[in-house]
Amino acid sequence: MSTVAAPDTGTAATAAAPRAPLAYYPGCSLHGTSREFDESLRAVLAALRVPITEIDDWSCCGASSGHATDHLLGVALPARNLALAEAQGFKSVLAPCAACYNRLSAARLAVAGDTELAERIPDVLGRPFANTVEVESVMDLLREAAVMIEEKVAAALTPNPLEGLRLAAYYGCLLVRPPEVAGYDDPEAPTSMDEVLAACGANPVDWNMKVECCGGAFSVSRTASVVRLGRAIIEDARRSGAEALVVACPLCHSNLDLRQKAIMARGEEPMPVLFITQVVGLALGLPAAALGLDRHFVDTEPFIRRLVEQAAVRAAAEEKVKAEAAAKAAARRGKAESA
Amino acid sequence: MGTEMTLKPHDVMRLVATRKSRRAAADESIWLCLTCETCSARCPNDCDPAGVIDTLREVSLETDVADAPRRIAAFHRAFLAQIESNGRLHEMGMVMDYKLRTGDLMKDVINAPGMVSRGKLSLRPDRIRGMAEIKRIFEKCGES
Repeated sequence: MSTVAAPDTGTAATAAAPRAPLAYYPGCSLHGTSREFDESLRAVLAALRVPITEIDDWSCCGASSGHATDHLLGVALPARNLALAEAQGFKSVLAPCAACYNRLSAARLAVAGDTELAERIPDVLGRPFANTVEVESVMDLLREAAVMIEEKVAAALTPNPLEGLRLAAYYGCLLVRPPEVAGYDDPEAPTSMDEVLAACGANPVDWNMKVECCGGAFSVSRTASVVRLGRAIIEDARRSGAEALVVACPLCHSNLDLRQKAIMARGEEPMPVLFITQVVGLALGLPAAALGLDRHFVDTEPFIRRLVEQAAVRAAAEEKVKAEAAAKAAARRGKAESA
Repeated sequence: MGTEMTLKPHDVMRLVATRKSRRAAADESIWLCLTCETCSARCPNDCDPAGVIDTLREVSLETDVADAPRRIAAFHRAFLAQIESNGRLHEMGMVMDYKLRTGDLMKDVINAPGMVSRGKLSLRPDRIRGMAEIKRIFEKCGES
């Protein structure tokens, strides 16, 4: 078990109301192919003073393969993790991976709505399970923290590289569907990620593919479908003026980032794909390396460098305007005194 | 994925409603569903085609495995085999297993060298302590 951030001891106006201890279910992707999601999440939550504790000895939720082949297995695999969180004294678990979030939340609902299943699951798991733990998505948590993010961005000492940056918030499937499982946002026109991007000073664009599917688990077994779906998403984001895509799902990220080489024709400008936690981290002034931005297949280095340079130019221009105004005011005062 | 399916979600529902489930369960279309849940979220009659398709897949596996497209079935088996042996998904192990099951030995399905250089692919599986519990879950669910 690793506790990440110390409990909030600050007395600043930005201090959040104390929240119950939050269990963290990273899931397999955040320990492997999407470890930058884990790194940036931990960095951002530490900055926001939200402590999280990884569930001890968690296991895979089974994601799509579990429920696609066996209904009971599709409930039991995520339920083991809810039962562990319960036994370890948590009331709420954060599941940043959209697929894990979907499976954990669906298992919780399935058990709540079916007494026969609720009686059967403890026997399948070989451990008690009272189904008392709530499941939280990363968008849920960040939207709640949006005001605090905005204040911290305004108070940051370095110029905000995201100021006015046009970004496409891509939700995909499992963050918003099925509505009874996700529930915290509109399934057709979600806004939680757009709100967080706006709190970061960025400019979320209006576009059409917010909740379309990226090809999910077919990345390996049916790559051609993933390339077709990914192309439609990137093209629409670009048409809407976005300079980068923002995601909150490791599957979406891998389909749009790792597969982008296959998606784009030779000579086409690549589009960076960032995790929402990386975007928040950049706005808070955290270093790119701490956010795992060097782990992407679409190189983010030139993109981030350009943003930082532009922010410096903007800051210098603002300084100049301020200095000129101050000089004029001083000159006026000087004239008034000598008159 | 609807554009790639011969039977769209509403066709599947029609077959099931008219007691022709076997035909739907034998069609490749049910394996092309990614459970993106769009059909269930938008159904004007409040039906749940995504849930019905999950059930059809389960029926199809129980009755005639050959119906599932080879690569997709191989992926699901390789994925679940990882959970059964480690409790967590070991991506490298899954890819090796998938390659053996499909015979796509030379196809670099996940750009392994790029993954390793970015620190995204571990060579050793991360095995949990509670493997006895995982074994029990698979046995109780009839997967082992």
